[in-house]
Amino acid sequence: MNTSAVAVGEPEVHGLIESKSPSRLAWERFRRDRAAVIATFVVLFFVCIALLAPLVCKVLGINPLTLDRKALNDYGLPNGPFGAISRKHLLGVEPGTGRDILARLIYGARISLLVGFVSTFLTTVIGVVLGIVAGYRRGKVDAVISRFTDLTLAFPSLLLIIALTRPFTQRLESMGVPEGNPARLTYIVLVLSLFGWVYVARIVRGQTLSLREREFVEAARASGAGHWHMVFKELLPNIWAPVIVIISLSLPGYVAVESTLSFLGVGLLPPDASWGVMLGDSVKYYRADPTYLFVPGIALILLVMAFNVMGDGMRDALDPKSDRQQLG
Amino acid sequence: MSSEVLLEGKNLVKHFPHGTKGLMSKPDGLVQAVDGLNIVLRKGQTLGIVGESGCGKSTLARVLARLIEPTSGSIFLEGQDITHVGGKDLQLLRRDIQMIFQDPFSSLNPRHSVGEIIASPLRIQKIVPKGGEKPRVQELMDLVGLNPEHYNRYPHEFSGGQRQRIGIARALALNPKVIVADEPVSALDVSIQAQILNLLEQLQHDLGLSYVFIAHDLSVVRHIADEVAVMYLGKIVELAQPAGLYSSPAHPYSKALLSAVPLAEPRSTHMRGRIVLEGDVPSPINPPIGCRFAARCWKAQDICRAQEPPLGPAKSLLKPEDSLVACHFPENSN
Repeated sequence: MNTSAVAVGEPEVHGLIESKSPSRLAWERFRRDRAAVIATFVVLFFVCIALLAPLVCKVLGINPLTLDRKALNDYGLPNGPFGAISRKHLLGVEPGTGRDILARLIYGARISLLVGFVSTFLTTVIGVVLGIVAGYRRGKVDAVISRFTDLTLAFPSLLLIIALTRPFTQRLESMGVPEGNPARLTYIVLVLSLFGWVYVARIVRGQTLSLREREFVEAARASGAGHWHMVFKELLPNIWAPVIVIISLSLPGYVAVESTLSFLGVGLLPPDASWGVMLGDSVKYYRADPTYLFVPGIALILLVMAFNVMGDGMRDALDPKSDRQQLG
Repeated sequence: MSSEVLLEGKNLVKHFPHGTKGLMSKPDGLVQAVDGLNIVLRKGQTLGIVGESGCGKSTLARVLARLIEPTSGSIFLEGQDITHVGGKDLQLLRRDIQMIFQDPFSSLNPRHSVGEIIASPLRIQKIVPKGGEKPRVQELMDLVGLNPEHYNRYPHEFSGGQRQRIGIARALALNPKVIVADEPVSALDVSIQAQILNLLEQLQHDLGLSYVFIAHDLSVVRHIADEVAVMYLGKIVELAQPAGLYSSPAHPYSKALLSAVPLAEPRSTHMRGRIVLEGDVPSPINPPIGCRFAARCWKAQDICRAQEPPLGPAKSLLKPEDSLVACHFPENSN
């Protein structure tokens, strides 16, 4: 990104100085950032577990839906200390049903991450396209897109999301989306993307505006480059660095928002679980069974933190001159 | 001045609407960046254009390179009107006029390797050179004094002077007839400036190029130009051959600019006398009536503020016939 990077003195030396592309340099900087590397492994760990949920559960001999009455006492609470942690239930059981918490956590990661990844993908695509169009075309197009962005930002999105759940999920169901949780998840993803793209679009627009003033864009135009070449060859390669940073920083945001929505009762319905559903459920038992509250809570904090540290590392690696306060 | 005319601008005007923000607002006024000027570039020669920052030099460069369309007036390349060509014709025209830019740090895409940067005009124009793209690019790199082995390197690995050489190689890739150089050395160290100027002269000599050379420094233009146009606030105030211009500037503004050029012998600066202009260039939004330089001119009289002096032959015995000046009271006149 930063053009004023250190220039190698006199490359006239016929030594074997390896030539490094900007992305290669970024990768090397990232590898040196220990916290970011560890965080990346944590993220990968969660992603693998989520992808391989059925296999992992099979190996551990647990099932998220099996009820285990024997693990509960007469009051329906886990029969034993720390939420009845035992060899059979490594993280204890759910009060009331006796379902294995670890299994639910693993399957919950699937849903939390699915919502996070799909929402991030949609917001990124919409945001990059509209941001580039606004920044590149400027003028009226930019004014329209920017006003639309402001309008979206001004919406009380959380209230709207909660209020519109019922009519919209019903609408989705009538459009052929399977009833129940699939429709509810689709709704959450769509609505998060609908409000989320503005953040991407704003940053991409700003980047595009500053890039198109650079002389290399003019140089391409002086050679007769069309819009296609301009956007894909000149602008996009310089925009993907900040976009990757936004992605890595906004993904944990969506995971957290999904949990919030599920906690508030907008998200999934039992017996399926996401981390937010588990948190919402556990609050009912927090006096009698605090372990149940801590397990999904700590998992959520760990995942969100790992994503954030990884995102910070990516930003530092891709844009060494940027200050930590600039983007996040 | 006998060689044939290559590039000609007639009554070129470029006005920018000023103060358009948002959807509804109407422009507050017009920035008259280039306001009716005529220039001629002859084949194999260099036309220098000098002036302060904000006098419209860069706008003129971009109008001549057809990066922005003039508000009015016309541009001719080898006698053909290219003012409003578009589409495919414009695409072909790009091969004949290329640009060299001011800032070697912003003029190269940091994500592309040197080879890709120099080859990009060829790729955009869908030209496959004889013998392939890579040999051609390496030939160009050699031509501008870069090591062809550095084909795969990235711009951040080069110094400012080397980056400017990359920019020059890119401008040469299409074998253009005209190169418009917009302050190509003003962002470089003085020692590097000389190298780049020598390179440009060498290339002109070897390839028969014609340059429109923009600068804000008269001493830079002196070396390279066959003819110098001094610009002030969107107008040409003096047009002369460098020898005449430097020995006896006719316009007070040229004289002031010349007095700012540092001399090798500092004591002689005192003898020459330094003219320090007061105030700034007036706003090009509402340029003054009459002579645009009148507000800062020490010789200005009532007529200067009322009537704009036309660009006409300098009535001076010291000047060659074809030098022109726009002043009511030119220097050295008798």
